[in-house]
Formats: sequence, C-alpha cells, structure tokens
Amino acid sequence: MSCSCNEFSRASLFRRSVAEAGRGLPAIEPGMPLPAGSGLDRRSFLARTAGLALAVYGAGKLPLGLFDEGIARAQSAGGPILVSVFLEGGADSLSMLFPAGNSRYHSLRPTLALQPTEGQPFDEDARLRWHPSLAPLAELHAEGKVTVLPAVGYTNADQSHFTSRHYWEVGATDAHLRTGWLGRYLDVAGALDNPLQGLALSGSLHPALASANVPVACVSRIDDYDFWAGGVWGPVQQRMLDALGTFPPGSSRATAKVAEVATQVARLRGQLLPFDGGNWGSPVAYPTGRNPFPARLAGLAAIIHAGLPLRCVSVTAPGMYDTHADQAGELTNSLALTANTLRAFQRDLEARGIADRVLVHLWSEFGRRGEENGSDGTDHGAAGIGLLIGTRVRGQMLGEFPGLETGLDEDGNLMATFDYRSLYCSLLEQWFATDAAAVIPNAASFPRVALLR
Amino acid sequence: MPVYRGAFGRKEAERLLWRAGFGPRPGEAARVARKGLKRAVDDLIYPPRVRMTGRAPTDDDGAPLAPRDAWGHDHLWWLDRMIRTNQPLVERMTLIWHDWFATSNEGVGSQKWMLVQNQTMRTHALGSFESLLLALTRDPAMLLWLNGNQNTRWDPNENYARELMELFTLGAGRGYTEDDVREQARALTGWRNDWREGLGDVNFRYDPNRHDNGVKVIFGQRGNFGWQGACRLCLRHSAHASFFVRKLWSYFIPTPPPAATEAALRTLYRRSGYKIRPIVSAILRHPALYTGPRMVKPPVVQLAGMHRARNRPVNTDAWSWISELDGQRLFLPPNVAGWNEDRWLDTSSMRGRWTAANYVALPYALDPDQWRGKLSLDPSRLVDSALAFWANPTIAPGSRQALRDFAAAALSDADQSWERAEYPVLIVNALRMLVAISPDYQTC
Repeated sequence: MSCSCNEFSRASLFRRSVAEAGRGLPAIEPGMPLPAGSGLDRRSFLARTAGLALAVYGAGKLPLGLFDEGIARAQSAGGPILVSVFLEGGADSLSMLFPAGNSRYHSLRPTLALQPTEGQPFDEDARLRWHPSLAPLAELHAEGKVTVLPAVGYTNADQSHFTSRHYWEVGATDAHLRTGWLGRYLDVAGALDNPLQGLALSGSLHPALASANVPVACVSRIDDYDFWAGGVWGPVQQRMLDALGTFPPGSSRATAKVAEVATQVARLRGQLLPFDGGNWGSPVAYPTGRNPFPARLAGLAAIIHAGLPLRCVSVTAPGMYDTHADQAGELTNSLALTANTLRAFQRDLEARGIADRVLVHLWSEFGRRGEENGSDGTDHGAAGIGLLIGTRVRGQMLGEFPGLETGLDEDGNLMATFDYRSLYCSLLEQWFATDAAAVIPNAASFPRVALLR
Repeated sequence: MPVYRGAFGRKEAERLLWRAGFGPRPGEAARVARKGLKRAVDDLIYPPRVRMTGRAPTDDDGAPLAPRDAWGHDHLWWLDRMIRTNQPLVERMTLIWHDWFATSNEGVGSQKWMLVQNQTMRTHALGSFESLLLALTRDPAMLLWLNGNQNTRWDPNENYARELMELFTLGAGRGYTEDDVREQARALTGWRNDWREGLGDVNFRYDPNRHDNGVKVIFGQRGNFGWQGACRLCLRHSAHASFFVRKLWSYFIPTPPPAATEAALRTLYRRSGYKIRPIVSAILRHPALYTGPRMVKPPVVQLAGMHRARNRPVNTDAWSWISELDGQRLFLPPNVAGWNEDRWLDTSSMRGRWTAANYVALPYALDPDQWRGKLSLDPSRLVDSALAFWANPTIAPGSRQALRDFAAAALSDADQSWERAEYPVLIVNALRMLVAISPDYQTC
C-alpha cells in the first residue's frame, strides 16, 4: 500500500459513510465540499423481475413495490448505456501514456521514467507510448475503439482529492452542488419507478449518480450470494435453504427482524442462483483473483444482455492510484488488471452483440505532478488522462498532449487541453440525446466535440 | 433504583451473559443462575485478576498472532480476548468504548496505535469516564484520526472539538453552538507528533508553542482553557449526564430507560464523579434487562459466543475477512459515529452471519461415512442434538417447530435405504446452521 496521503483516506472514508445512511458523518475540513448525495434517503428492496437485491436511493416518493413494475416495463428497452469507471486517487497520466525518450521527462523522473523501449507506441502522437500494462487498451485503440483525452481537466485545478473528485462527480467546479451529473441526467430523462437506471456496482452509492427526483440503486456482487454449509448437500440442502424462510417472527422486534431478513435471504438466494459463482455464461475469459472488478463487469455484461433496464452504471477500478510512494509496482499491477478486464468486457459485449449499446468512460480526479518526489512516487497534479471505450467512439484524440517543455503550470503540473465539462456535454447530447443545458451548469460555455462515429 | 426481583434462572443468566459479555460456555448459564442476580452481577463488575483460559490463538499456519504487524491479526487478537477472558464485562465495555469513541485504522494507519488505544479503553473500561475522556483526547490513534495532531494556534482544526461534543459527551445539537466548536478547537490546540520513515507516526507530545494561549469563551464561560479544560467543560455541561446514561443504557437494553430511572442514573453518575461502574451495575440489575424485549447481537459478539459455546480457540485467519461480510470488523468501524446497529441485519450481512456460523461449525461437521445409520430418525431428537451443539440456547416453541418441520420434511425425502442412512447426518449438519441463524440465537 503506497498511500501516505492522510486527506485521501479520510475523504474516502467519509464518502463511504455518506452513502451509509447520512448519519453521524465525520467532520471534514472547512471549505471541503460535501459529496453529492449526502442525506439522500436509502431503502432496500428486492427487484423480483431483475433478481437483484438493491439498495435504492431517493426512493421516498414511491412505494417500493412499484419499482418492480417499473423495472419490468423498462426492461429490454435497448437504449444506450454509459459505464463510468473511476481510477481512485489521481492516476498518473504521465505513466499511462508517457513521453518516451523525452529528456525533460527523464530529468523530472530519474527513477520512475519508463524506458523508450517499453510498451507500445501511440500512433496518434509519436511522442507518446502506452504503459506496458495498458497493452489491452492499445489493442482496442488500434481497432479504433478508444478515444484518448491525454490532458483532460479544468483550469485552476484543485489538488484536494476530495474537492477535485467532487467537481468531476457533479459536473461543475461548484463545491455546493449536491447532485451528480449522471443523477441530474436521470432526473431529466429517467423514470420515477426504475432504480436500475442508475446503478453503482459497489457497496455504496457513487455520488455521480446522486439524483434529486428519480431513484437509483446499488448492488455489490450479484455473483456471490451462496449459503454453503459444510456437510450438507442435495435435497437436504434445498430443504435447509427453504427452511430459512420459515422462522416465525417471535415475540420482539429483534426476532421479527431476523425472521424477516432470513425470509428475504431464502427468496433472494433462489433468484440469484442463475448468476451464482459468476455463472454468467460469459463468452470470454475475465481475469481471475480476489478483486471484485472483473466479476462486476462480467456480471454487468450479463445483465445488460438479459435486458435489465440500465442507463448509467458506475464502478471503481481496481488499485489505489494515489501513488505518493512506490508508484511503479502499484501502477503496473493495477493498470494491468483494469485494462485486461476492460478488454474482456469489450470482447464480451461484442460477442453478445450488444457492444453498440455500451460506452465506457474511464476517469480520475486529477493527474500527478510532473516531477517525482523523494519516495519513488508522485504527488497530486492537475490534468490527467481520460478514455472513452466502445465500438461507437470515433477513436481520435480529444485535446492534445501539451508536452513537458511548455505544458506544465507554475506548480509543475500538466495543464489541461480539454475541459471535462465539454466531454460531459458532448456525451449527454450525442450518446443520450439529451439537452446538456438541463444537466450541466453553464453548458453553453463548453464547446462540443464529435464523439461518435 | 429499580432492581429485578423476578426469577433468576438459566434463561435470565443466559441473557445477562450475552448482554454483559460474549455468551455462556457450555453449562455456564446454569452455574451463573445458581449464584443469583446480585452475585452474578457483582462477579461481572468486580472481576478477578485478568486471566485467559484455554488454548492460545494461532493463525492458519499454527503460528502465534502478530497483532501489531500482520493484516487482520489485530481483529483476531481481540476476538481471542473476547473468547478467553475471565473478565467478560471489561472486554464488552472495551467494545462499547470502541464504538462510542469509534476510531478506524483506515484513518490511523497503524495497528500498533490502534492496539495502544484499545488498551487505554480496557484500562478505563469500568473506571472514570473523565479519566477515559482525558486519556483518549491525548491518545495517538485519536489524535491521528480526528486531526488533533494538526490542530495548532495558527491553523485550528475543528475535527476533534466537534466530535468531542457531538458524539462523545453531549449529543448533536444539545447545548453548544458553532462558536463553541471553534473555541473548543482553540482550547485543544498543542498536540503534535513526528513522522519517521519506516516507523510512521511517532513521538506524540504536547507542544506549548502550538497551543493557543488566549482567552476562550466556551458554553458562555471565559477562561484560558486548555485540552483538559475543554474536556471537563463538556463533562460538567448540563446536557452531559443525560447523554451519557441514555447512550450507555442503549448498549444493554433496547428500550429507553423510564424517566425515573434515567433521573436516578443521572444523579448517581454525577454524585459518583463520572464513574462508569455504578451505572453499569445499576443497568445490569434493572428489571428492563430481564423483562424487556430481545436485542440483535453485535456480529463480533455472536462470533465470540459461538467460539465459547464450542470451546473453540481462534485458529484461523478467516475471521478477519468474514467480519467484513457480517459487518463488524474490529478497528475499522464504518465512521466516527461507530457501527449502526440498524444495519446489522440485511440480506448481505445475514449472509456474513451465516458464513461465520458455517466456519465455526465446519471442523465439527458430521461425516456421513462415519455416522451413516447411527443417528436417530426422530426429527425432535435431531433438533435436540443440534441445539446441544451450540450449548443449548433458549429457543422459542415456534422456532423449534420450524426446525422440527425442516427435519421431518428432509427425512421424508429419503426413499432409498442409503438415503435413510445418510440423510440424518446431513440433516444434523443443516440443523446446526439453522439453529445458529435462527431469530432466537441471533438475539439475546
């Protein structure tokens, strides 16, 4: 673990607790924004038509039973889906797409600079090469399925994880905005009865999905809900799982609660059985291991294919990108798992014939300092890298790599050549066919670019 | 102060042992019942010299634990104390203080400092709340967690000041203002430490140069308050005693105290000079503990109790990750407000509780090859056997009937002779799980 950034761990802890219940939040530093979604009410329900146990946020306006009908009605709608993949902690863009052989790069990064022979060349800009771990994405790029934003961000970048991430999540450099940009899109275009329209594949809601009016949902693992008992199998095992739902409520609220949850468990277990153990029928192999990311995306492909009515999906990539120390090893492993999984996901969608419906957006709250620090790591920077992945993207760079000679600001951080809000506005209008002005503050001030082929 | 005068039998003793500790060892509930309520409570609140009984804990490789260094061993180390201590109430109070002053290693980043804090909470577990509060205010893990070490006269950090009042002593919005938060933060300035490569945070100390020596106005009182003054002002605040007794009560009894009881507890607490032991003692003797509704057991209490019921030592690392499934990983509470007991039961954490029970029972699972044809075909006797496995917890007739119905239905599936020989073995294994997850055994 290379995180030595105290603010980072407090911020991540705080964010987790926000989605817990809006209760007993730890105090944060003065001036730091409260994450979007703070204080949203949360209820849990079981979507029978979808076979998912969902934590539903912002569900106060409708009885939970109606969501089932909404999900069923919206099912097989076949609309476009945006998958937001977050590299948490501020990923080092100068390693992900590095200026190979550049003398200033080597002087700024005497120990961390990647060698000019490593990785594959980036054919849109001869100065740059892909990090060796990103070879799977280089492969997709060669097929025209990756649009690269080599220096995306905003002017006067805030170097707090907390604040900068908030800006990205709410789609504005506004500390007071409390709804996420995807949540506001769903408020405009979503339904009052379909929480699956905004789905965080996580233990808690992602603030970008925080809406004001429509419900959104969260589920951690849909592939891992077994109730194994040693020395029990066959018909006895099935009887045992059925029996879980037969305890009477007893004489107190506590016993009634246990009995109620046990009943839900028995029912849910049956509904998730088709997906159990990653039994997705994935047509491709995903990376294996303990990290939940591959299983989350494999499951996502399966439930998109099954016709569940998703629109905006949010998931955090494996790894810890706040690499203040011992950066090289952490990045190599994390990027490899991320890239291999994203390629498997893309191939999966293609094999299932649903690739044209899905677009992946990979982002981080900022890039990192040009100059390395004294602990074989890098400190917080400004502009970072963004990627759009899918069969429908144009596959041509947005913005340019500003170079290390003139592209660093007074703090030695990469300057943005593309504003993330231009990207958001273009996505809303071209991918979702929604007026960006209804979602992004001052949308008219951000130029649009052609994203799709 | 009302005292329970009803029958104190095995059922009442069982409840006391779960609420004030980690459940009975086999036969312990009956033994405690024979002592009567007064001696049973006295033995808890005036424990003998601390001693761990039973086999020492090990990891999966049979090696001793390294709680300061190895990932997850901090959790295993404390779980072992909960299981083996002869001072169950002291350990349970330590768990209460960990929830009350919830500090997470997520923000501290040092198992060593977390364990130092844990020992501080244990030392003061039943002593003086004033001493506990003062000790925790200068505790390294707490200074890191709520930024007390960054709180200086030039750049005050309000984190600890706010939680000191909101979560530790007064309650949210009870008798303090935002000005009080700022002034308290000034009073608390001065703590610092060093960062050493390879060692981390070290050398925690009070540095008068960092302390704001000016006059502060806190709760309307003017003075040159320091960190001790900040704490004492909270304790002497008129809202503190009611906050303290209600919060402490809620860990033992799920319904709020009757008004007269609360008033009596407040008086007792103030007159004792903020002593914890007399309040706990009164709560443990109160009729509401024995006649009131049941409570859901905290996941780690349930896990320790299952170990105790089986006389099983900690001998696997699995409890560290399983605790993340069941929702109570020690030293990693979800936030500064501690664990939210309302969240202890959902379809996700219930699976964690199931997994915990399965891993406790696993080494003892009956092997059909060995037990084929040797077990009864009477559903009731199979249920009795599974209850005995968990040291015979009290179970309501309705739940017992559900267990019996399961056993009968599963037996009826056996058509072939090999099935009639094998199924009872599988059914006992399944009944152990169903007992463990039953509304009766998950509550106390």
